[in-house]
Amino acid sequence: MNITLTLFLFVVAITLLITGWAARRSSTTIQFWAAGRGIRGWQNGLAIAGDYMSAASFLGIAGLIAFNGYDGFMYSVGWLVAYLLVLFLVAEPMRNTGKFTMADTLAYRMRAVPVRSAAAVATIAVSAGYMMAQMVGAGSLVKILIPTLDATLKPYFAWSTSLGFKLDPSIAMVGVLMMIYVIAGGMVATTWVQIVKAVMLMGGAILLTLLVLIHFGFNIGSFFDHAAAVKDAKTQLPFTSPGILYKYGEKSVWGVDKALLENISLGMALVLGTAGLPHILMRFFTVPNAKAARTSVAWAMGLIGSFYVMTSFLGFGAASLVGKAHICAKPDAAGKCATAALNNNLSMPLLANTLGKEFFGTFGGEFLLALIAAVAFATILAVVAGLTLAAASAFSHDFYVNVIRAGHDVTEREQVRVARITAAAVGIVSIILASGTGATTNAAALVAGLAFVIAASANLPVILFTLFWKRFNTWGAVAGLLGGTLMAIWLYVIGPGFSVAPPKNPAFPLSNVGIVAIPFGFVCAVVFTWVGGLVKADRLAEERFHEIDVRAYTGLGAEPGTVEEPSVMPRTATRPQTSG
Amino acid sequence: MEQTEEFKQLVRARWRFVGPATVFFLVYYFLLPVLNGTATGFMRTNVIGNINVAYLFALSQFVMAWVLAGLYIRQANHVFDPLAERVRQLARRREIGS
Repeated sequence: MNITLTLFLFVVAITLLITGWAARRSSTTIQFWAAGRGIRGWQNGLAIAGDYMSAASFLGIAGLIAFNGYDGFMYSVGWLVAYLLVLFLVAEPMRNTGKFTMADTLAYRMRAVPVRSAAAVATIAVSAGYMMAQMVGAGSLVKILIPTLDATLKPYFAWSTSLGFKLDPSIAMVGVLMMIYVIAGGMVATTWVQIVKAVMLMGGAILLTLLVLIHFGFNIGSFFDHAAAVKDAKTQLPFTSPGILYKYGEKSVWGVDKALLENISLGMALVLGTAGLPHILMRFFTVPNAKAARTSVAWAMGLIGSFYVMTSFLGFGAASLVGKAHICAKPDAAGKCATAALNNNLSMPLLANTLGKEFFGTFGGEFLLALIAAVAFATILAVVAGLTLAAASAFSHDFYVNVIRAGHDVTEREQVRVARITAAAVGIVSIILASGTGATTNAAALVAGLAFVIAASANLPVILFTLFWKRFNTWGAVAGLLGGTLMAIWLYVIGPGFSVAPPKNPAFPLSNVGIVAIPFGFVCAVVFTWVGGLVKADRLAEERFHEIDVRAYTGLGAEPGTVEEPSVMPRTATRPQTSG
Repeated sequence: MEQTEEFKQLVRARWRFVGPATVFFLVYYFLLPVLNGTATGFMRTNVIGNINVAYLFALSQFVMAWVLAGLYIRQANHVFDPLAERVRQLARRREIGS
């Protein structure tokens, strides 16, 4: 029996026990907090960090840096700076105007049925894109823990090829297991689960960063000398230099350097997407007031930023200590990998393995690999739970209850059933999508980029306009949500995408579609607001703006807690446990 | 409420900080990819040992984000919150008065 696998399963079992315990513990405390005191700012900050730092951050960024050097670090920069937009324009107004989902804020001003339907579409699209990245990461972990699994299971997945898509056995296995856990476990995406996970993730990153620094005797200069000594095979550039992921001066698009456009386009998605992520926005409804929302963003920025600074040490460390040519699930006897098998998601686990071996011997290497894989797995599980919750609540709460069955009584059991079916559907779709597009060995960070583009093109314009633009109306909101979502997906499909072997002459030249899709979302929202105004004045939207305006700035009339009827909730901490 | 001088003052105070701060951080942020692409040689210049301008500029983005967040929070706690509280008190007085 494989020692690493045994250790991995052991660590995962402990993690599940801790999160299970934490989730059960939180069932009373959450209710208590929701009753009006709210989750403390720093707790919510940790939870935001937990929800935010996914496989894309933990495995993906380090992997991109390990394979492409400096350019991968752009993800770290963008994903932190993005929180300034959240802090300045979104967190506090959302807390003051919202109830439970993003669509609640929109439906406060707009006609509920069309806006909720469109918001459900956008939310599910973002969640599925983000989930794809998690599946890619989880699949990679399985590949290194059980290197023979893919080959063994391949015949059993032949049917998928005849149906027109190719399922990746590792991704399918781990994806299905994860969905079962999340769905059967009642989608435990509670604050405490995210907190436990954020602490584990920070711990893992700090441990590895320390080991990297110890290896170089805490000599930063020597660390960078080694990183710069690694040269990119194609461009011969040192890894510390920009221009490897997207090569400057190679091609031009619309008269501008293609690499420059790719980087700007990527930057737009990263910095504007976060403020439109439904599962992050949901976090601001769990705190008692705007001040706590503000504090929680500050905490999240501290944690997330420190983590992202560490990614440069982990990524460059993996590049110089492990080396790109050795990063795959099944290296040959000499430790080399076939080019097609190279998998940058495995940079972190293999760095852990190398450092463990160096400091603690062979067993140490196995142990550290198992530990980092387990932390990554817990990370993915927690994020999948959060995403599933966002997608399921969008469909069940926003669409099924308020649109399909509008005006009917919907029992809680029916709602939960719909939520579970939605969760399963989103899971299956993201497994299929993650398996295809050649993304299986590609960086989870690249794949997560799609979710950020959709969030920035569809959700961000509509959120900003709902909060700050008086004339914005239902037409504009629906057009912005649907236009942004469809444009982002369409450009991605006809473009080169993030396939390891992109097509020669794609219909859209850039793999980062933000530079077109994001402005398109804003333009859709503006133009259709004007069209809608011509067709029929949306009096409600304008009237309600005066309320939402005052509410956003002052918190007057804001929801006192997270639950819809705060009066029936217990107001003291001593209330006995109410389960279920 | 929207027409009161107190509320207008709050809105003005917020935007006077948030507006320029947003413009500043967006410009500072996009300067990084733009310089990487247009002044590539300069960005690849090593400053200390093998640490180049591009990496230091990327690191400075973290410092910029933290400093700007700190400034906003100080401003919010000391200026926006008291102004918002004044509006809320006014609303409460009106409710009692009517």
